[in-house]
Amino acid sequence: MEKKGHILDTKGIHRALIRVAHEILEKNRGSEGLALVGIRTGGVFLAQRIAGIISEIEKSEVPVGIVDITLYRDDLTIGTNQPVIRGTEIPFKMDGEKIVIVDDVLYTGRTVRAAIDAVMEFGRPMMIQLAVLIDRGHRELPIRADYVGKNVSTSRRESVNVSLVEKDGVDEVTVTEIS
Amino acid sequence: MGLSKKDILDIESLSAEEIRLILETADSFKEVLGRDIKKVPTLRGKTVINLFFEASTRTRTSFEIAAKRLSADTINISASASSVQKGETLSDTVRNIEAMNSDVIIIRHPASGAPHFIAKRLKASVINAGDGSHEHPSQALLDMQTIKEKKGRIEGLKVAIIGDIAHSRVARSNIQGLTKMGAKVVLYGPKTLIPKGIDEIVGAHCNTPLQVAESMEEALSDADVIMMLRIQLERQGVSLIPSVREYSRFFGLNSKNISLAKGDAIIMHPGPMNRGVEISSEVADGSRSVILDQVNNGIAVRMALLYLLAGGHKDA
Repeated sequence: MEKKGHILDTKGIHRALIRVAHEILEKNRGSEGLALVGIRTGGVFLAQRIAGIISEIEKSEVPVGIVDITLYRDDLTIGTNQPVIRGTEIPFKMDGEKIVIVDDVLYTGRTVRAAIDAVMEFGRPMMIQLAVLIDRGHRELPIRADYVGKNVSTSRRESVNVSLVEKDGVDEVTVTEIS
Repeated sequence: MGLSKKDILDIESLSAEEIRLILETADSFKEVLGRDIKKVPTLRGKTVINLFFEASTRTRTSFEIAAKRLSADTINISASASSVQKGETLSDTVRNIEAMNSDVIIIRHPASGAPHFIAKRLKASVINAGDGSHEHPSQALLDMQTIKEKKGRIEGLKVAIIGDIAHSRVARSNIQGLTKMGAKVVLYGPKTLIPKGIDEIVGAHCNTPLQVAESMEEALSDADVIMMLRIQLERQGVSLIPSVREYSRFFGLNSKNISLAKGDAIIMHPGPMNRGVEISSEVADGSRSVILDQVNNGIAVRMALLYLLAGGHKDA
């Protein structure tokens, strides 16, 4: 794999998340009835960071859940390697809440479709919104993000890698060519 | 990493690493079973066949619920109501079932090795749900899951397995699994029901030695886990125990001898229980009994097995 370029560094990621947090608060008129759900693995840490920024701004805690979409994937029967299941944790009531699903990269939209299905199993949220750090295009489903950290135009032969301190020891977003 | 196996035939052929993967996957399914909607779409369009040549309530129901919770279609075939009665061979029966596009065949058979025999002939995955007096892998896995859940670990625990070791496939599977996971296993039962050389069945792979106790006191003292086995009256060819009353007196677990074990020891039984024979009702229904937790964990463990065999593609 050849590195093609740095898209975001620590500061860039932080600035993008601050803006996304503000946009979430603006659109939902505050943090009441709001809950974040991160998609394993990258989305979880981003959701926690956004929740941290929101609580600083609003001086109130926003609940964060975790969803593992493995069991809802549409490619389990067609040639993907078997993913390890890591578990879902939704420690709050979904009914009537405004749920923001958080993921690192929005690509085909299939992961988000699976995440929406998973979230709906826990109740009937008032609405579901989507926040992503990177939108790289190439959608295969009619899905769009409500909040985007950065739009990056890519080709399908490239891969977008989001590294986060919590899991990789470093904050950066890079694009590499898939050989 | 997934499980690179087509079948689950015995614990003997599983590594400690694979057992850990199965138990961790089962943890995730326990979470699913705690939801209001206890069903996930993971195995949609897959067919799971329960083929039982022996009586069973727990295991068959548990596998059926596990498959249904994963959205697979399940069909139960019991030998007494099938073409087996007309003289069809095992090999023909399973090949016909496979020809109906089934993905996983769960088999219980009175002959040891029957699941291995059919697994070699089929492309479908085979899960052994108990073969003769050989192995019952899903039971051992749910037992290990229960121990892990209640004790936080398996390694270093003293597990006493007491009763009819000779006829017990549950004992054989648990001996294999628990020694691989680093537990200290002690066996006890009437001399006639402890096979000679049993301590050699765990080969080089096991991390801890297997011990045969000389008395109930030795078996129970300092035990963290007490696993009582059913006295298998249907498998006793000749009289191997003098009487049920005597068995109960010398080999049964009751509220008196339980005090020999650690204060926080848990009591397990694979079911069905002979109340008042190998285990007294007081103990079976007591606060330390985890017998119903075992049944509950059975569904999560079997979901894990079905997912690991039929969900996604294997690495190799």
